[in-house]
Amino acid sequence: MGIETKPALARRGILAGGAALLAAPALRAQGAPIKVGLVAVLTGPQAALGTQLRDGWTLGLRHLENRLGGRPVETIVIDDELRPDVAVTKVRAALERDRVDFVVGVVFSNILQAIMRPVTEANTFLISTNAGPSTFAGRGCNPFFFATSYNNDQVHSVMGQAAQDAGYRRVFLLTPNYQAGRDAMAGFKSRFQGQVVDEVYVPLTHVDFSAELARIAALRPDAVFTFMPGGLGVNLVRQYRQAGLQNIPFLSTFTVDEATLPAQGEAALGFFSGANWAPNMENEQNRRFVRDMEAQFNYVPATYAAQSYDTAMLLDSAVRRVGGNLADKNALRQAIAAADFRSVRGAFRFGANQYPVQDFWLCQVVRRPDGRFQTQTVRRVLEANVDPWAGECRMPGRV
Amino acid sequence: MTWRDAALPAGVFAALALAPFLGFGQSHSLTLLARAMIFAMAAISLMLLVGGAGLVSLGHAAMMGVGAYAVVVLDHARITEAWAVLPAGVGATALFALATGAIAIRTSGVHFIMITLAFGQMAFFTASSLALFGGDDGYTLYGRTEIFGARLLEDRLAFHFACLFCLVAAWALVRALLASRFGRVLRAARENETRVRALGLEPYPYRLAAYVIAGAIGGLAGVLLANATEFVAPAYLAWQRSGDLLFMVILGGLAGPHGALLGALAFVLVEEWLATLTEHWRLIFGPLLILCVLFLRGGIAGLLGRG
Amino acid sequence: MTATLLLVQVLNGLQFGILLFLVAAGLTLVFGVMDFINLAHGVQYMIGAYLGATLAALTGSFWFGLLLALPAALVFGLLLEVLVFRHFYERDHLSQVLATFGVILVLNQGVKAVFGAAPMQMPLPEALSGGVRIMEGLLYPSYRLAILAAGLVTAGLLWFLVERTKLGMLVRAGASNAPMLSALGVDVRRLFMMVFGFGAMLAGFAGAMAAPILSVEPGMGDNLLILAFVVIVIGGIGSIRGAFLAALIVGLVETIGRSMMPDLMRLFLDPSAARQTGAALASMLIYIVMAAILAFRPAGLFPVRT
Repeated sequence: MGIETKPALARRGILAGGAALLAAPALRAQGAPIKVGLVAVLTGPQAALGTQLRDGWTLGLRHLENRLGGRPVETIVIDDELRPDVAVTKVRAALERDRVDFVVGVVFSNILQAIMRPVTEANTFLISTNAGPSTFAGRGCNPFFFATSYNNDQVHSVMGQAAQDAGYRRVFLLTPNYQAGRDAMAGFKSRFQGQVVDEVYVPLTHVDFSAELARIAALRPDAVFTFMPGGLGVNLVRQYRQAGLQNIPFLSTFTVDEATLPAQGEAALGFFSGANWAPNMENEQNRRFVRDMEAQFNYVPATYAAQSYDTAMLLDSAVRRVGGNLADKNALRQAIAAADFRSVRGAFRFGANQYPVQDFWLCQVVRRPDGRFQTQTVRRVLEANVDPWAGECRMPGRV
Repeated sequence: MTWRDAALPAGVFAALALAPFLGFGQSHSLTLLARAMIFAMAAISLMLLVGGAGLVSLGHAAMMGVGAYAVVVLDHARITEAWAVLPAGVGATALFALATGAIAIRTSGVHFIMITLAFGQMAFFTASSLALFGGDDGYTLYGRTEIFGARLLEDRLAFHFACLFCLVAAWALVRALLASRFGRVLRAARENETRVRALGLEPYPYRLAAYVIAGAIGGLAGVLLANATEFVAPAYLAWQRSGDLLFMVILGGLAGPHGALLGALAFVLVEEWLATLTEHWRLIFGPLLILCVLFLRGGIAGLLGRG
Repeated sequence: MTATLLLVQVLNGLQFGILLFLVAAGLTLVFGVMDFINLAHGVQYMIGAYLGATLAALTGSFWFGLLLALPAALVFGLLLEVLVFRHFYERDHLSQVLATFGVILVLNQGVKAVFGAAPMQMPLPEALSGGVRIMEGLLYPSYRLAILAAGLVTAGLLWFLVERTKLGMLVRAGASNAPMLSALGVDVRRLFMMVFGFGAMLAGFAGAMAAPILSVEPGMGDNLLILAFVVIVIGGIGSIRGAFLAALIVGLVETIGRSMMPDLMRLFLDPSAARQTGAALASMLIYIVMAAILAFRPAGLFPVRT
């Protein structure tokens, strides 16, 4: 069963080059590379999202010349295959065999739920760059857990607020029948005060939305709100347009984003989305990020990539703040919580539950002059928004 | 049964027992080995159906799932005692197997494959809709199962041996069943149903009994899987997982329960190993499967048995 | 539910059923004639969609894409037959399942390696991009009607081929007793290859036709494969007629069940719970139907083999 040790050795071989440059004995501890486990779904239908997440992190490190706070970095990419038990096994191996200093990434909340305990119980910092379930924002908040993304509820409530602001009275809700889908409906309704004419759940493997579209046409709502990540959204958006329903405003979250727009194309033009970031945001950091993502990977980045990129910058600032010493967990935690970096989103800070306090935007799909599609900010809907669960969090001061 | 049939599994069990002391004692190795042993247990129980009764079930992951969700339900009620969890997990799965088996066993061949798939899918969608237990997101256990209040299984080494003990017991039980009169009737009915009927034996109750026993062992594996990951999700019941189990059985060879044992261990360990090599590991794993079927006619057990 | 809405749902169900039939037809022939379980049949559907999308992008025309995708899918199917499947005809079902599963793993990962993980799209043909107004505010896309028509025509052709031609007679004979056919001097190998290639082409055709309305992505054939198996088992293995009827049943049950189940549940439960249980039950519905049919007719609706 030597199969266990072999890949680990191979990896160590790769990083030896970086470490060898530092000869001074005093610096040896500091010169040893920081190990980061990056969890992303890289196989199966949702792999496009995991690829974005990984590439964003990769670009971040490239901009940092493969160093976090001056120390070289080694990233161990973990494909969770969207299977929770597989994720747990692989993450435990990363923690115990590779002794990773941080675990970052995670696209889907069921995977995050699965690896939460193994990582935090090993006193290792877990930084979610996408999944943001309410469970860990409220009572389940954890000193070893940070999210650089959002709390799910916030994004959906943005659309609820936007629908409210637009004066819509009757809205039709459509989401997949799983936890995040139910959260999406609850999040939307938390800020929307009009009438919900119907709420429809479809299975995660749904491909043909014609039955639901007929229902929408029959009810003639003022707007439709939906949350259909990945391929689900590709199918829905194109069929929505084909059914001639585009006169009913299409409000969505994680349904029309840069990961799915290449496949949705014109069908998504003019559709709305709620997000904490869009590629057109005007700040120096973001311009560089978007430009280099497109040059490097040949696609327009989505939030998955942006949040991962931010996470690389965040960890860089934190490691620098503690002078490269990762042993003092309390100091390290404070350094991360300080969020002393420039986010591609502009303003960014952590709340008491270690979820971000940030602005949320109404975005719309546009065609760029070069023919590619992207989302673009329309207006700020929520400013410096704190998620609704933060109040329930009793975060311990020290770990 | 030749001496080899006993020597081979005995060697594997000995290796598993010694592994923690031969450089595989780090907890991540133990996690991986525990996972392999749990799947081996489920594969052995499936072997009783496939190799013994000729019933190819594509719904066996549901058995593990029912066992795992029994742990969840009790955990939610803050009951983590082994004397409650084990009987509940095994009992619930046996009942589920009895109810579905009573209908499924009326069919045979590919129809049996499909009807077990159907029940597996029903169980999957039911688990996905249990909002109380996290629905599709799954449920993080409060803690591992306790034995008379002692949190013995929190210790990876203790858990390793608990899994090994269950695995050996499952193997011994299936082996004994296959060698008994019960097993002979099952095999005879598989080879020639008409003749068995002519002898005045009705195969139905034998097959149903085998289905329930296999389900119960699968349920036990599910209880252990829940404990190993301390997390349960509907993904445990997906039909792809049932397919994986079936492949472990075929990969190992149908000559005896040790085939399923070897198949499962090989499957889990090779999968883990390949995944660390490249993101496109399935491009290697797929042809490997095809070549195995093409050239290893008796499965891995057949290969080792010859040598 | 109004009558128009019901009509729309029936149309949707039929259209989904026809798509399923195109995939199931090849599956049931291959299974029936060659006694070969081909799990990789769903992958043929995915390959058809990828071929259609790629060729349409290359030629700049939907029609060329669709037209070229057919022979390409045929060639691809034959290639797989020669490389892999032919070595497993003599083996038991279990070996076939395992080997074809290996093919699924390779091809799903393969398209991802070649085309990337992000979903692809195939544009709608200009002539069929409009729709027919069947109720206030809802267009029924002409393209979907075209799928329905094309599927019905294909089903008719298939029926003619199988029931009225010499080749069809051989295929039917093969489905009920292949060894006898071989003993009578028919080159079964060649017949097998033709049936196989034809089945692969049908699945590829279904995939290419579905590409403009569905997202083209790795693994898109996996769930359809399961449904196609449900169809051929309900219909009776080897029976084209059974597959056709069963495909329409599954399509209608799936579509109408999904829209009516939540309403039905509302009679017993409060609205929110009704929607969730209704949706979960709707997902299970076809499996419940299959289990019920098999419980009473263990060989399906139209058993071929005696």
